[in-house]
Amino acid sequence: MATLHTINKSPFERSTLVSCLNHTSEGDKILLIEDGVIGVRKGSAFAELVKSAQSNCALYVLAPDMEARGIAQGDLVDGVTPVDYSGFVDLVAECDRTQSWL
Amino acid sequence: MAMDEAGGGGATTKKFLYVNRKAPYGTIYALESLEVVLIGAAFEQDVSLAFIDDGVYQIIKGQKTDGIGAKNFSPTYNALGDYEVTKLYVEAESLAERGLSVDDLMPITFEDEDDDYAEKPSIQVVNRAEMADIMSGQDVILSF
Amino acid sequence: MEVELKFGIVVNEGPYTHQAADTAYLFTKAVLEKGHEVFRVFFYHDGVNNGTRLMVPPQDERNIQKNWTELAEAHNLDLVVCIAAAQRRGILDENEATRQGKDANNIAPGFRISGLGQLIEAGIEADRLISFGD
Repeated sequence: MATLHTINKSPFERSTLVSCLNHTSEGDKILLIEDGVIGVRKGSAFAELVKSAQSNCALYVLAPDMEARGIAQGDLVDGVTPVDYSGFVDLVAECDRTQSWL
Repeated sequence: MAMDEAGGGGATTKKFLYVNRKAPYGTIYALESLEVVLIGAAFEQDVSLAFIDDGVYQIIKGQKTDGIGAKNFSPTYNALGDYEVTKLYVEAESLAERGLSVDDLMPITFEDEDDDYAEKPSIQVVNRAEMADIMSGQDVILSF
Repeated sequence: MEVELKFGIVVNEGPYTHQAADTAYLFTKAVLEKGHEVFRVFFYHDGVNNGTRLMVPPQDERNIQKNWTELAEAHNLDLVVCIAAAQRRGILDENEATRQGKDANNIAPGFRISGLGQLIEAGIEADRLISFGD
């Protein structure tokens, strides 16, 4: 019974990344979209928090949003998987529910 | 595709959770999400509300809005019990971080028809782990 | 993933100011491309502003209303604008304009105005419901 969590804001602008990570369950998936992709760039102040989240959740990032913001796959925290919109649909389908952190 | 506005959605009952993370008045989300809850009540689903982060301010006591020219809609939360919306989960850590306690919140109650219409509190203060469990047990999560 | 699912999509923000409207549109397209069904797209809060036919964006930018209208026409989608949110923000169809004594209406083709019950119904009938917002 996994949840797909989506986060669309930068953690520097909003608390949604932090709030989301406070409410995940083992086996949940987290997808960063829109400005949320800023949260998974390696070397940022949130990189350690993101890495610690990976111990119980799989992390994904929407590739078109990454590319729009000049973030290349090599710039991501290790283990974060880029997906396209088709992959986004698959994530929603695979999980039992989607929780958008707005 | 049209369906009656009032009346149940047939045999399906789903667990709906409305997640409230934003303070009232700074944006319209608190008001318009409450409007969804009220309309949704006619569909007889299993409804819960979660108040986390600044969302706890939606049900704080003593809201006086004349000065900002907005309507104080907080009394509407008191009507939720009449709409059979009786599960209002408030996150303990969100209160504590903001220097608040449950005593700062409106005493929202419902009448339990299974217990001789005894008046009971609708608000349940839960910790983060409990809130995460509540969220993971829902069918539909609405965020605004 | 072989199973065909019914999706409900909620759009909480208006065109251009927030990316939500674009992300919702591109997601909806992808849902259809994967062979799933879109039960309804429900526009709430400022999302109702996606449904005005009067938007005139620069020629070299996407026209968000036309995107939705064309997708709806191609796939027989149900695009619903919430009546309460629309009244607040001045999105009217012909009926509403007459009812409210306004001298014009502005709803775009492919969109219809209806009640919040349509959102709840989408939550009940769809297999997956996803919200795009601020």
